[in-house]
Amino acid sequence: MEQQLRKMTYRDALNEGLREALQKDERVFLMGEDVGRYGGCFAVSKGLLDEFGPERIRDTPLSESAFTGAGIGAALGGMRPIVEIMTVNFSLLALDQIMNNAATYLHMSGGLFNVPLVIRMATGGGKQLAAQHSHSLEGWYAHIPGIKVLCPATLEDARGMLWSALLDPDPVLIFEPAVLYPMERTLAVDAGPVAIDKAKLHREGKDLSLISYGSCLHKCFDAAAILAEDGIEVDVIDLRTLRPLDTESFLTSVAKTHRALIVDEGWRSGSLAAEVSARIMEQAFYQLDAPVERICSAEVPMPYAKHMEEAALPQVASIVATARRMVHG
Amino acid sequence: MTNTDIKARQPLANQEQSLHLLRQMLRIRRFEEKSTELYSAMKIRGFLHLYIGEEAVAVGVAEALSTDDAVVATYREHGHAIVRGMSMGAIMAEMYGKVDGCCRGRGGSMHLFDAEHRLYGGNAIVGGGFPIAVGLALADHLQKKARVTCCCFGEGAMAEGEFHESMNLASLWQLPVLFVCENNFYAMGTALELSESVVDLSSKAAAYAVPTATVDGMDVIAVAEAAKKASDTVRETGAPFFLECRTYRFRPHSMFDPELYRSKQEVDGWKQRCPILSLTNRLKEKGWIDDSTLEKLEEDIATEIASAVDFAEQSEWESVEDLTRFVYSDVGVN
Repeated sequence: MEQQLRKMTYRDALNEGLREALQKDERVFLMGEDVGRYGGCFAVSKGLLDEFGPERIRDTPLSESAFTGAGIGAALGGMRPIVEIMTVNFSLLALDQIMNNAATYLHMSGGLFNVPLVIRMATGGGKQLAAQHSHSLEGWYAHIPGIKVLCPATLEDARGMLWSALLDPDPVLIFEPAVLYPMERTLAVDAGPVAIDKAKLHREGKDLSLISYGSCLHKCFDAAAILAEDGIEVDVIDLRTLRPLDTESFLTSVAKTHRALIVDEGWRSGSLAAEVSARIMEQAFYQLDAPVERICSAEVPMPYAKHMEEAALPQVASIVATARRMVHG
Repeated sequence: MTNTDIKARQPLANQEQSLHLLRQMLRIRRFEEKSTELYSAMKIRGFLHLYIGEEAVAVGVAEALSTDDAVVATYREHGHAIVRGMSMGAIMAEMYGKVDGCCRGRGGSMHLFDAEHRLYGGNAIVGGGFPIAVGLALADHLQKKARVTCCCFGEGAMAEGEFHESMNLASLWQLPVLFVCENNFYAMGTALELSESVVDLSSKAAAYAVPTATVDGMDVIAVAEAAKKASDTVRETGAPFFLECRTYRFRPHSMFDPELYRSKQEVDGWKQRCPILSLTNRLKEKGWIDDSTLEKLEEDIATEIASAVDFAEQSEWESVEDLTRFVYSDVGVN
């Protein structure tokens, strides 16, 4: 039977995921800045206030630390809160609560108190929002034991990761690349929850493994299409979950292709790409025909001007050029 | 809005209750005195923040809480844990770092947790507990549970942004939090007037339209009465209340504090107002306690503490194999 598909945006898919969660479980509620009357800074929660009312769709004051911590408290108190922090940049104002409380409570209390909290936030550059609104800090968060870090890059994941995150007994952070909100694709009519512990191999090839996540995944798709015209076939892996990493997924790929290129919008030093690279070196060194390479953002605060921002971010052209050099020398 | 000023000392309620309050304060005092010894003997390590001098606050406030209420405390929380009903053995073993400690020895002195008694830490980040208390109260509000979340903190925490964010949120959303400020006049070594532009702490809560009261935190009867009124108000209104208890820490901030910031004369002055000493004297005046009763009380407490120490000594160390256990929940645990 042919699968029925619908056209929608990444934003619509997130909205559907939220609506489903609110319908399925009375303990679920959403709180954050402008999630209600405004409909969400990026219009992700549009319409939910009318449907679920102000007790469950709670507009908060500009108090990231208080409402994120209140999410922890509400989770401890038996609810299943979804905290929306407008962007990753503002999440730094809540970092104390995320790192010192959410991530530590279970272990520090000897297993007494788990924190079933979901925190969503927009991430990444590419919208000319300059130095304070373009961070990609998901790799940074992935450094912290005690939390899980997800980054949906597709409509399936935008729609389906939320419910799986809510079923998880521990804190889960979901990073939504802001440039993807208007992305239009198709989604199965019966799309539902998805696994949040596995990476996904989107495209198969024998020559090189392109390992990425988030908005860069789409740049890898474009690069793979161009490379295919040259006769270079690549695996494209979407990490999806940045903590815990599905190491097996890229080791399996590298065992086949013997070359790995990691594309990560974070800054290079101490990046998630560095972690992936280290794991390949540690566990698949003798499988490699070439050094592992990384394409990351330039280590500068993000400039506003379009040409400068483009120069700072990983781009399709550099992915293609690097892949060609790695394969052909 | 109410602001009950510090009153002349409250009359003793009745013999039984007064003796109970004395006993609770003594349990904390003697437990901590023993802890200091054990620290010197290197049985307890890390930071150890003593509550000695401030016992009337935890004891008086505990009287106003039911077993179903929640408490969020600070790193100076041995007293809260004891009066909440936790066993001294579980607390002592925790401070020893042993597996029978309330947190398997993972938290130590600053992180005492207990699910049964709804004690949500033990937080070593000053002000870190405010938002959590607001969230616990939000959960009760959403689930229509008529419970109180008691959030204890020092006056130093009121300079943190989280105090202001949380006070605003609790008031804006009308959430049942009893904020208890344990004002011991020093944020570690920085005096109140050196850290706050406005030293009338209640006015800060009042600015968020939260009703307030201020009480002599060295008088356990007064604290119990003020806390009862405050918690009754929270229960009736489902909204927050701010109670300031003026108290004093007799001992150094932690075990590494030469106390350069305050005079011996000042400390001695406050020691004259020791909550245990003054209640004992009042009980004696009333003829409600005599030396032999007091001796018996001390003996019972000494026995309880000795047995807690014994429990901690006998307990095992957690297996190193369990190091990574509880970073995430075991499957099926919720």
